[in-house]
Amino acid sequence: MRALLPSLAIGIAGLMAAFLFLFGLLRMSSPVTAPSGIRVAGVGMAVAVLASFLYAFDVSAAARPHLWVNIGLAAVALGVGGGVAWWSGRTVAMTAMPQMVALYNGMGGGAAAAIAAVELLGDKAQGAAALAVTLAGALIGAVSLSGSVIAWAKLDGVIQQPLRLKGQQVLNGLVMLATLALGVYIVGVAHAAFTAPVGLPVLIYAFFGGALVFGVLMTLPIGGADMPVVISIYNAFTGLAVALEGYVLQNPALMIAGMVVGAAGLLLTLLMARAMNRSVGNVVFTHFGATAKQGKSAIKGELKPMAPGDAGIAMRYARSVIIVPGYGLAVAQGQQKLYELVQLLQAGGVNVRFAVHPVAGRMPGQMDVLLAEAGVPYDLIFQLEDINDAFADTDVALVIGANDVVNPAARTDKSSPIFGMPILNADRAKQVFVVKRGEGKGYAGIVNALFYGDNCHMVYGDAQAVLIKMIEAVKSLGLPAAA
Amino acid sequence: MNSTLHIGGLVALYIFVLAGFAGWVIIGRVPAILHTPLMSGSNFVHGIVVVGGLSALLNASTPQEQVIGFLAVLLGAGNAAGGYAVTDRMLAMFQASGGKAAGRKRGAVKAFQAKKR
Repeated sequence: MRALLPSLAIGIAGLMAAFLFLFGLLRMSSPVTAPSGIRVAGVGMAVAVLASFLYAFDVSAAARPHLWVNIGLAAVALGVGGGVAWWSGRTVAMTAMPQMVALYNGMGGGAAAAIAAVELLGDKAQGAAALAVTLAGALIGAVSLSGSVIAWAKLDGVIQQPLRLKGQQVLNGLVMLATLALGVYIVGVAHAAFTAPVGLPVLIYAFFGGALVFGVLMTLPIGGADMPVVISIYNAFTGLAVALEGYVLQNPALMIAGMVVGAAGLLLTLLMARAMNRSVGNVVFTHFGATAKQGKSAIKGELKPMAPGDAGIAMRYARSVIIVPGYGLAVAQGQQKLYELVQLLQAGGVNVRFAVHPVAGRMPGQMDVLLAEAGVPYDLIFQLEDINDAFADTDVALVIGANDVVNPAARTDKSSPIFGMPILNADRAKQVFVVKRGEGKGYAGIVNALFYGDNCHMVYGDAQAVLIKMIEAVKSLGLPAAA
Repeated sequence: MNSTLHIGGLVALYIFVLAGFAGWVIIGRVPAILHTPLMSGSNFVHGIVVVGGLSALLNASTPQEQVIGFLAVLLGAGNAAGGYAVTDRMLAMFQASGGKAAGRKRGAVKAFQAKKR
């Protein structure tokens, strides 16, 4: 009876948390309500974590002598883990957001795997089915942990080049199969179907080892521009691992929250893959850079350079401008200057809008965050399907640091590796200015026909330096605001 | 361990399917402009794993379980706190034209939804 009340309280707290999570995510359907959404979800988390300390009233007899030590350990772990992560989250630069999210995600996967390890090593899972679920959660959580750490290292520049071994797919497949076989063997041994030559803990450690190695092998060959898909996949993985461990712990809050995140990660993964015109399997198992071939059709026309100041003045006299920002803008740290230019143009009565491609950046929606950080109001930022028809009526399309996402070959050239990818129709604007460091190719390694179009001029230089010159040129006109 | 609740295999499947469905529908409503905060926000939500870690740690009876349980709480707490911090920071940056802070006014929500159409 003494145990009943605390566990009831924990159950109710978990229910509250699950409800508040869903309600908070629902409020994310608009930038207006989203800030309150995360706070609602935060309240849910706080309630659930505080209520967890009530587990102290309901511990197993074996754990009772250690209770105070364990409570102390829990407080320290919460304080240190939460404190360090909070501090890093408050100070991280917005451009470094993808690797930070990857890291937090890996932590979640690691926590799920650790819970599974406690259950497995303590032989707590009852029955073959519960054991199999624990192992599945352990596998997914461990893959998510090591995979996310590799993703972090790649995004952070710790690992510079995608590492591809000969026969990588065969090796990955073998490691996966061996780990799965080991899992089945563990279930068999635990239920006395076989007798193992080594102790069960050794097998369990080997199982975790295999899963961790698989996560590393799976992520190493994937290139930087495919990271939006990879981060989404690992987010889904961690959610799934949490949901499975929730079942093992008989905690419905974990089951619901984990499954919601699993579904969210799956949806985002599919959206990202579609925006890159590739299947998820293609991203993970074949490697774009290695397979891309040059499109065969010849490109007519020539590259026409233009001075930044002239381009700036042309935009000042335009009625409407659509800006297509790409990751190159963020690399050059040009967002602030870009918005300064936009405000100058707006003051002169020019209708300025932003067109953001779904895969601009290193994670889904990163370009939107970078623009918002620079102060660009969200009502100026439009997504591909909302603005693509507007290019035809637009005087100037300004492409900054973007390349493949405005390549018309995706629409017309069947031999192009990006054929069929949804692109922004910048080429249909009356005039196109492309700000670019040099004449290099984009990530896909293919020539961009847009640059050779009659309506296109190239503005060479570092995005930030070019924008500063454009701002000076527009200011030097000395026109009165709002003609 | 938990005396008020037992979730059998079939009931677990019910929960998984319905929660997955709810997640799919709710996440599908989130506009692409918010996909990064959505990702870090859902990242925060699976930080609930820290609750499982606490349950494992408080029930630990051997040094090995204490170490692994400590690790579970440490990582889970990092996941939850970090996910919240970055999401809250990013969402605060999304402002409407005119520099007004994103309020809770109905008009602003309607205007945004109208723009999407």
